[in-house]
Amino acid sequence: MRIEVEVNGRRVGGDVEGRTLLSGFLRDTLRLTGTHVGCDTSQCGACVVHVDGVAVKSCTMLAAEADGCSISTIEGQASEDGTLNAIQQAFQDHHGLQCGFCTPGMVMSAAALLKENPKPTEAEVRHYLEGNLCRCTGYHNIVKAIMAASGQDVGAIAAE
Amino acid sequence: MPKDSGIGASSKRREDVRFLTGAGNYTDDINIHGQAYVHFLRSDVAHGRITSLDTAAAAAMPGVVRIFTGADFEGVGGLPCGWQITDRHGAPMQEPAHPVLAQGKVRHVGDPIAAVIAETAEQARDAAEAIGVDIEELPAVVDMKAALAEGSVKVHDDLSSNLCYDWGFVEENREAVDKAIADAAHVTTLELVNNRLVANPMEPRVAVGDYSRATDESTLYTTSQNPHVIRLLMGAFVLGIPEHKLRVVAPDVGGGFGTKIFHYAEEAFCTFAARALNRPVKWTASRSEAFISDAHGRDHVTKIELALDADNNFTAVRTETYANMGAYLSTFAPSVPTWLHGTLMAGNYRTPLIYVNVKAVFTNTVPVDAYRGAGRPEATYQLERVIDKAARELGVDPIALRRQNFISEFPYATPVAVEYDTGDYVATMDKLEEIADLSGFAARRAESEARGMLRGLGVNCYIEACGIAPSNLVGQLGARAGLYDAATVRVNATGSISVMVGAHSHGQGHETSFPQVVAEMLGIDESMIDIVHGDSSKIPFGMGTYGSRSIAVCGSAMVRATEKIVNKAKKIAAHLLEAAEADIELKDGQFSVAGTDKSVAWGDVTLAAYVPHNYPLEDIEPGLEETAFYDPANFTYPSGAYCCEVEVDPETGKVTIERFSAADDFGNIINPMIVSGQVHGGIAQGVGQALLEQAVYDADGQLLSASYMDYAMPRADDVPFYTVDHSCATPCTHNPLGVKGCGEAGAIGSPPSVVNAVIDALHSGGMTHVSHIDMPVSPSRVWSAMQG
Ligand code: FES
Ligand code: FES
Repeated sequence: MRIEVEVNGRRVGGDVEGRTLLSGFLRDTLRLTGTHVGCDTSQCGACVVHVDGVAVKSCTMLAAEADGCSISTIEGQASEDGTLNAIQQAFQDHHGLQCGFCTPGMVMSAAALLKENPKPTEAEVRHYLEGNLCRCTGYHNIVKAIMAASGQDVGAIAAE
Repeated sequence: MPKDSGIGASSKRREDVRFLTGAGNYTDDINIHGQAYVHFLRSDVAHGRITSLDTAAAAAMPGVVRIFTGADFEGVGGLPCGWQITDRHGAPMQEPAHPVLAQGKVRHVGDPIAAVIAETAEQARDAAEAIGVDIEELPAVVDMKAALAEGSVKVHDDLSSNLCYDWGFVEENREAVDKAIADAAHVTTLELVNNRLVANPMEPRVAVGDYSRATDESTLYTTSQNPHVIRLLMGAFVLGIPEHKLRVVAPDVGGGFGTKIFHYAEEAFCTFAARALNRPVKWTASRSEAFISDAHGRDHVTKIELALDADNNFTAVRTETYANMGAYLSTFAPSVPTWLHGTLMAGNYRTPLIYVNVKAVFTNTVPVDAYRGAGRPEATYQLERVIDKAARELGVDPIALRRQNFISEFPYATPVAVEYDTGDYVATMDKLEEIADLSGFAARRAESEARGMLRGLGVNCYIEACGIAPSNLVGQLGARAGLYDAATVRVNATGSISVMVGAHSHGQGHETSFPQVVAEMLGIDESMIDIVHGDSSKIPFGMGTYGSRSIAVCGSAMVRATEKIVNKAKKIAAHLLEAAEADIELKDGQFSVAGTDKSVAWGDVTLAAYVPHNYPLEDIEPGLEETAFYDPANFTYPSGAYCCEVEVDPETGKVTIERFSAADDFGNIINPMIVSGQVHGGIAQGVGQALLEQAVYDADGQLLSASYMDYAMPRADDVPFYTVDHSCATPCTHNPLGVKGCGEAGAIGSPPSVVNAVIDALHSGGMTHVSHIDMPVSPSRVWSAMQG
C-alpha cells in the first residue's frame, strides 16, 4: 500500500507491505539511516523517533500506522546550516557518545524527556532512559549531557 | 592549566558530529545497487546429525535467487583458528574443523545449516522457513566437567575427547607450588564461576559482499575491529582469494568489545556468494541471531588457592580452571584462558610461586572467545576475591593485606613470565582511598542501617597486559600472526595531513585523539589532520583494535612515521633556508635556523616537497609521505585500584551500587575526556557482569537468555555516577608516547569490588557464614545466601 508522511518537515510517500515496520520504511525506503535497529524485542531504543510529537520506538510501529503522521528523526535535529541543537551539542560537549549507535535514539528520547520535564533530576533521567540501552558509555556522560542540555549546572559531577 | 590542544587536551570528538546527526556510515547503512539479501537457516538443536536437507520447495518461492548448503562448501576451507596452544605434555591442542555451513552435523543452537539468497530480506526469511531439514538429535554436552567424563558424547567425532588442551603454567613450578601450599601457615581456597557473557555491542553484525567480474575483485563490508586480519584469514585460509583481489572495509562500527575481532562464517559466506552470483549480497543479523552466533565471553569454572606465611605474606598461588571453548575454536579462543590469563596471575603482588592449570573444553554451545579484558578479568576476579576471603579468615584489613604484598620495585619479573616495566600500586591505592572517601564510609553505613539497609564496601586492585604484543614473543607462545601495527603519514602539498592507521575506531575516538599526537609533534593545528582507518585498500597492513592496543602500538607507529616526516621536512627546510640540517628547529609549525630569525613555515616546506622547483632533487625525493611499522618491545601494564559501595536490601537481597570509584595508572594520556569515557563504559560492563548478566544454557543446550527480555543488560538506573581518576601516571618505558592503554581496565577492575562489597554488606549484617556468591549476584542468589 502507499503511505504519505511528513518527515522532518518534508512530505514524502512510499509503498510499503502490511508488515513493514516504520524503522524499515525510514531506513530502507527513505534511506534515512540515522534511525538504528539494535534489537528485535523493542528493548534497546536505538530506533526512537517522534511521531506527531511523541517518542516512539519505530521498530514497534507499522509504517502503515504512520500514514498521514508527522515524523521527526535524528536527521532533522540540527539546523539547516548544520548547527547542532542544544541536546546534540551537550552530547558532544560532555562526551555522551562513543560508537554512536545508540546515539540517535538517546537524543530523540532526551528531547521527549525535556519536553515533558524541562529540569529532570538525575534519578528522573536514569529512569526515563529505561528503554534506551548503551553498551559504550556506562551512561555517566549521557545522563550528564541531558542534565546539561536542560540548563542545569553539571560542574559538580566529576568531569573526568 | 589543562591544555586546549595537543597531547593531554580533552579535545571534543570530531566524529560526534556525524553520529549526532544521523550521518554515520555503519555497515547496515551500505546498500549496493542490485544487492540481494541473505538469510541463514540455523540449527534449533544443540547437537544432531542432518539426515536430510530439501531445498526444492524453498528454491521455488518468490524472489529466491539461490540456496546454498554445506555441499556448496565442500573443498572450501573452514574458519581458521589464529592461536595454537601446546599442552602440559608438549602436544598441540585438538583443533576441529569449523565449516562455513554445517557439514553433516550441527553442534550448537545457531550453527548455520543453509543460506537463502533472495531479492528482499523478507523473501529470504520466508524461503528459509520452507527448507525441509531433518535432524537426528544427539545428546547435548553442556556442562564442562561432564564433557570431560569418561564416555561423554563427543562434540567432534574425529577428536579423541572433548578436551581441547590441558595447559600448565609454569609447568616447571608445579611441584614447588604444591610444596609451598602444603607447607603454608594459612591457605585460603575459593571455588567460583566466571559467568558466561554476551558482548552485545549495540550494533548487530552485518556483512555485505560485493564482486566485480571485470577486475576479479571482491569487497567485503563488515562490522569488524580489524579489517586486515579478516582479509588475511578469509583470503588465505577460507576462500583462497589473493589479497590484492580482496578488499575488506570496516566502516563506522557500533561497538565491538572483542566480539567483532573474529572471522565469522557469515563474512566468508557473503564474500563467497557475491562471487558465485556475480552480485552484491547483504546479511544483517537480528539481535536474536546475534545471541546465538556472536562469540560469547568468559565462562570459566575455577578453584584458586592462596598460601600465606605466618606474617601474611603471599607465598604461592595455585589455580585450576575449566574454560569453555563452545562447539568450535573461534579465532583467538585458545589464547584467552592461557596466555591472556595465566600470565596475569601475579596481579599486583609479590607472590614467588604460581601455577596455573587450564583445561579447555568443547561443548555444544556457541564458541567462546575474547570479550573486553579477555582472560585478564578472569585472573583479576579470582585473585582479588581470594585475597578478600583470606583477609576475612585471618581477621586483617583487606586493603592492608594488599598493601603488605604489593610489588614495589620496577621493573619486576613475575614468576609467570612477564616483566612489569612501571607502576606505583601504593599511589593508586592512596588515590583511591581519597576519591572514594573511605574515611566517610562508617557514617554512610550508619545512615544506610538507619534505613534498614546493609551497606558494604569492596576494594580490589588489578593489573593488565595491554598493547598486545611483541611478535617474536607471541609467536613462541603459539600466535599464528604478528601483532605489530602500522601508520602512513601523508602530508599534502598545502600542508594538511591524512594519517592512515591500522587501528580501527569503533567508539574509542581515534579520529580525535590520534591527530592530537601528530599536531603536538608538528606544532600545527589538529584540524589540519585527518585519520583514515578501516579500509584495507587505503591503510597499511595493521592488526586492528583490541587488547587496549591502539595508542600503544598503532600510536607508536604513527609517532615513528611522523618522526620520519620531520626528518625529511627538516632537510627540505635546510635547503630552503640555505642552512645546515642540524641547525633546523621545528616549533609551532615553523622551521627556523637556530640562533637566527630565519624561518620558513610548515606550508612552505610541504609545498616545496610537491612542487620541487627549488629542491635538492639529487639528495632527496620529492613528496612527503612516510610509513612506519611498530612492533612493541613488551606488553604495557596499566594498573589501578577500584572501590565499590553497595546497599543490600535484607528483605529482598537486591543490591544497589551506591558509589563507584576508580584510580587508574594508564601512563601518559592523550585525551583525558576520552580516557574517562572508556573507564565509565568498562565499569558498567563489569557491574553488568557482577550483578545482571549471564548467558544461560539448559541441559539440552538451548540458550535460555537469548534476547534482551532474558539477558539483563545494564541500564541507566542500574549504575551511579562514577568517580574516576588517572592522575597516578607512571609512563610506559618502552614506547615513544609512554602510554599504556585504557580500554579494558574498567571491565577488568570492577567485578571483584562489587562482589567484595556485597559480601562485606552481608557480614556487617551478621551473616558471616557467607564467604562467596557467584556472579551475577542477583537478588535471589543473595537472598538464598542470607538464608544460609
Ligand atoms: S530496535 Fe527498536 S527497540 Fe531495539
Ligand atoms: S555509544 Fe555505543 S552504544 Fe551508546
